[in-house]
Amino acid sequence: MADDKDVLRDVWFGRIPACFTLSPDEITEREAEPYYLLLPRVSYLTLVTDKVKKHFLKVMKAEDVEEIWFEYEGSPLKWHFPTGMLFDLHASNTALPWNITVHFKNFPEHELLHCASNSVIEAHFMSCIKEADALKHKSQVINDMQKKDHKQLWMGLQNDKFDQFWAMNRKLMEYPTEEGGFRYIPFRIYQTMSERPFIQKLFRPVSPEGNQLTLGDLLKELFPAAICVEDEPKRYQVIIHGIEPLLETPIQWLSEHLSHPDNFLHISIIPAPSD
Amino acid sequence: MSDNAESPTENQKDEPSIQHNVTEHAGSPDEKKKIDILLKAVGDAPIMKTKKWAVERGRTVQSLAQFISRFLKLEPSEQLFIYVNQSFSPSPDQEVGVLFECFGSDGKLVLHYCKSQAWG
Repeated sequence: MADDKDVLRDVWFGRIPACFTLSPDEITEREAEPYYLLLPRVSYLTLVTDKVKKHFLKVMKAEDVEEIWFEYEGSPLKWHFPTGMLFDLHASNTALPWNITVHFKNFPEHELLHCASNSVIEAHFMSCIKEADALKHKSQVINDMQKKDHKQLWMGLQNDKFDQFWAMNRKLMEYPTEEGGFRYIPFRIYQTMSERPFIQKLFRPVSPEGNQLTLGDLLKELFPAAICVEDEPKRYQVIIHGIEPLLETPIQWLSEHLSHPDNFLHISIIPAPSD
Repeated sequence: MSDNAESPTENQKDEPSIQHNVTEHAGSPDEKKKIDILLKAVGDAPIMKTKKWAVERGRTVQSLAQFISRFLKLEPSEQLFIYVNQSFSPSPDQEVGVLFECFGSDGKLVLHYCKSQAWG
């Protein structure tokens, strides 16, 4: 058990070194220096970039500033997905730091959700947790919590307090021993090759025969191309928190240990780099 | 919310084809692409006379919300919240097909809508 607790800490404190550069389209009064920041993988871009915003506002006129948004190599970065998942999907196998472009104009209305304040992030985060618990426990655990318990989950994430968050989140990770896992596993599969936002389906952690199902079983059902065929070169990488977990890993274990704070397992599938 | 003239306004092209696809879709070749959604009003939100709609799976929650707002002739200032299972509001970019597969029952997806936050 001690080892598994370490996994939770490692996931929580995962960081991505990022370099923020102002878009050349922006009008500034003097040159804007890039800004470097370690981004928490499990948080949201707009929740941790106040300093980035302040840094660039120093060289800009108020009338040239609209809502801030971020882009990587032409792709607007969706703040409502966890930052680590955005990196895995768009920037795996590239050199660090992660070069993110900052914009204050031409908000891509059709690609990004607005984020006027942290309360928008909080509402989104809590909705994800509730959706996840609807899948895991028919909403029973989240509904049994009080308003202050919900707040504790959010404050834990917002203030990067591992113990505060997990003191409450562990309740969302419980399940009846005789069932061997959650009712369904909350997961989302993202791919750069598709226009669809993500794949999400009902998937039980245990087979009708009582066997633990694995990441490989999940992929076999939902993304068979990601499973390597013998003698053929690997076509895809399946990435969670920057690593490629073994396909034999039980999906229930992954859900309990590698889920993001929103209680979803965010899985990125990207084309394997050709050497 | 910006009154900048350059800001794109609501995309009129998104005017949902829902209306044209309404019900009686049995036997249509598009059937598999569409799912049945049952819309229920909560609180002070106006009731829709037609409650059951056939909607394309790939349609987003946002576009569905825009359709309901227009159908109910809500003021642009009025917000519309959509809830699944009377518990969570799905992300605006989520596809209704995904919600149907995870939270639908008896061949339909029940969504509640209201003008103020009803559940957390």
